[in-house]
Amino acid sequence: MAATTLSKTGVLSLAEKKNHKGESLTADAFKRLLRNRAAVMGGVIILVLYLMAAFAPLIAPYPYDQQTLTDQNKSPGWVLAIFPVMKGYVKETSLYPLGADYVGRDLFSRIVYGARISLTVALIGPLISLIIGVVYGSISGYFGGWVDNLMMRIVDVLYAFPTLLFVILLLTFFRFSFAKLEPGTLAYSLAQMDARMGGMLFIFIGIGLTAWETMARLARGQVLSVRQKEFVEAAQTIGASPARIMFRHILPNILGPLVVAETLAIPSYITLEAFLSFIGLGVNPPTPSWGSMIADGATVLRTYPNQVIFPALALAITMFAFNFLGDGLRDAFDPRQRGVN
Amino acid sequence: MARYITRRLIYMIAVVLTVSAITFGLMHTIPGGPFTREKALPATVIQNLEKYYHLDDPLPVQYVRYLYDVMVPRLTTQAPSNSLQDDFLINVKMGSLWLRWMNFGPSYAARSRTVNEIFRDQLPISIQLGLMALCVALLIGLPLGILAALKQNSILDYLGMSVAIFGVSVPVIVLGPILIWIFAVTLRWLPASGWGAKPPYVYFFLPRQMSWDFFKYAIMPAFALGLGSSAIIARLTRASLLQVIREDYIRTARAKGVREQVILLRHALKNSLVPVVTILGPMFAALVTGTFVTEQTFGIPGMGRYFVTSITNRDYPVIMGTILLYAVVLVLANLLVDIFYGFLDPRISYE
Repeated sequence: MAATTLSKTGVLSLAEKKNHKGESLTADAFKRLLRNRAAVMGGVIILVLYLMAAFAPLIAPYPYDQQTLTDQNKSPGWVLAIFPVMKGYVKETSLYPLGADYVGRDLFSRIVYGARISLTVALIGPLISLIIGVVYGSISGYFGGWVDNLMMRIVDVLYAFPTLLFVILLLTFFRFSFAKLEPGTLAYSLAQMDARMGGMLFIFIGIGLTAWETMARLARGQVLSVRQKEFVEAAQTIGASPARIMFRHILPNILGPLVVAETLAIPSYITLEAFLSFIGLGVNPPTPSWGSMIADGATVLRTYPNQVIFPALALAITMFAFNFLGDGLRDAFDPRQRGVN
Repeated sequence: MARYITRRLIYMIAVVLTVSAITFGLMHTIPGGPFTREKALPATVIQNLEKYYHLDDPLPVQYVRYLYDVMVPRLTTQAPSNSLQDDFLINVKMGSLWLRWMNFGPSYAARSRTVNEIFRDQLPISIQLGLMALCVALLIGLPLGILAALKQNSILDYLGMSVAIFGVSVPVIVLGPILIWIFAVTLRWLPASGWGAKPPYVYFFLPRQMSWDFFKYAIMPAFALGLGSSAIIARLTRASLLQVIREDYIRTARAKGVREQVILLRHALKNSLVPVVTILGPMFAALVTGTFVTEQTFGIPGMGRYFVTSITNRDYPVIMGTILLYAVVLVLANLLVDIFYGFLDPRISYE
């Protein structure tokens, strides 16, 4: 496939040659990305998922927390056909497209609303880690010497923490330390915000605080290599300030690979959130998250498999989409790297 | 080399000490204590308990006492006993004396157990699971990566890399329930939960017998945990092999008329496996320290449950013990990789 696409771009018709303009690397990369069918498919799925999350109240037939206790575990006919084990003790109903859960909430509506948290983590996680990581890594790489040494030693220490354990510890710390404070303080307003977001805020902070180290190392390496280039030297000789060199000359040159690396890391943020919700440290119930839905469903796996399979599928599809897009982005920006993790 | 290793070891100790200080500070800052109950205990009871566990001392004193208990080896005439206060992880008999090292203290939540007991009983299970997951990752990842590289840009290549993407896209909490539903609930081939090995273990972590009774419990969790890593190995093998195949010495070998099979096995594969071998250490560390969710999904009595409950219970010694132990595993794995690199690639020098 790659060979054919190459020959297609390699041969230009006369008409094309006349109007052929120089292309920026980014525009070229995007063209390559659009030719990658798997990546485009991933992108479209992600777009649909984001629309679904944004317009959840319009799409979901029920509010995510509406319980109808008489409808516990009821399922539609097609679900019973797929999972024959459920026949015999599960009442059939056409009210819920994917069935109802153990307290009679619509599974489909909860999956639609659950997309919100996974997709927000997919945005915020990389953003936090990119900002902290790039600032930290560039300072470390640009100044070098003892500053670099000290800053990288701190990263080493953070690397020695087992990630999941550290996030769990941090989350507990935030939740309990900020819980009982008098109004007016920053911590209090943070806790209020967290409560209003169904517990999402502290998850973001926890994930963001543990995810930037890799980015910092990567950014530092990039800065170190770009700093040697002639144009940086040239800027230094005409007396540009460190800040100007950083923002005008170095950052634009290193951002591409960092953004690609961050896109590739998105699935790991989604997994981390799902893991946290799965072990009960994620969002506060009744806010739905795919991880907590899988955890709830797993307890009734033998009798009502639909309650775990559907949220699991939703999570898997999202992960697929982000992985395909991330792979495509990396291939587009650096074709030599294809297949390297 | 020896100097390099010594320097790295000292640095490693510094890193782990910093980790311990951060963890200690963080967990003591979380409001509530190990004896906070929904129905409050009488003040005198709490006071006595805190006195018994030395929790009424100032924090720096507690920290130094903890470090002393864990880090400083003792030479005593006292043989190991069942006492909760002095249960050491390492006990070596030297004549009439005992060399005893690493006392991680008692668990506050499980009143009759020590952290070392939890390590002895539960940690081997996590290690067994992590090791088997690593085997799964290699068994799937290596062939996939080699095939994909040899048949680059063919159907096989795309198929192999799609499997890799599948591997990284399906986390344990998705794959776990689906596997259980298929193989345990529907087909009834494998047990849905539990573990097939009990203490005492051979060499600290090996089960006494490795029969079907052991493996039938381990197959699904090891596969679920290892699949994601197999994808990483497949991609790494593929990329590294592709690079090596284009090297000059491969062309030279071909020009000399060496058989294709020999080129592949002796020249290409051997060299391309260097990055794969070096990733195994950190990968194993990540697998062993990351078994929590897998253990929860498959009801495996490993370390995972203890850590999560220890945080909610403010079971300080268990929190400290687990994080420290895992930090040592992670740091050691990285050190081993760096040393290993030096042996494999003579161009790297440590001076």
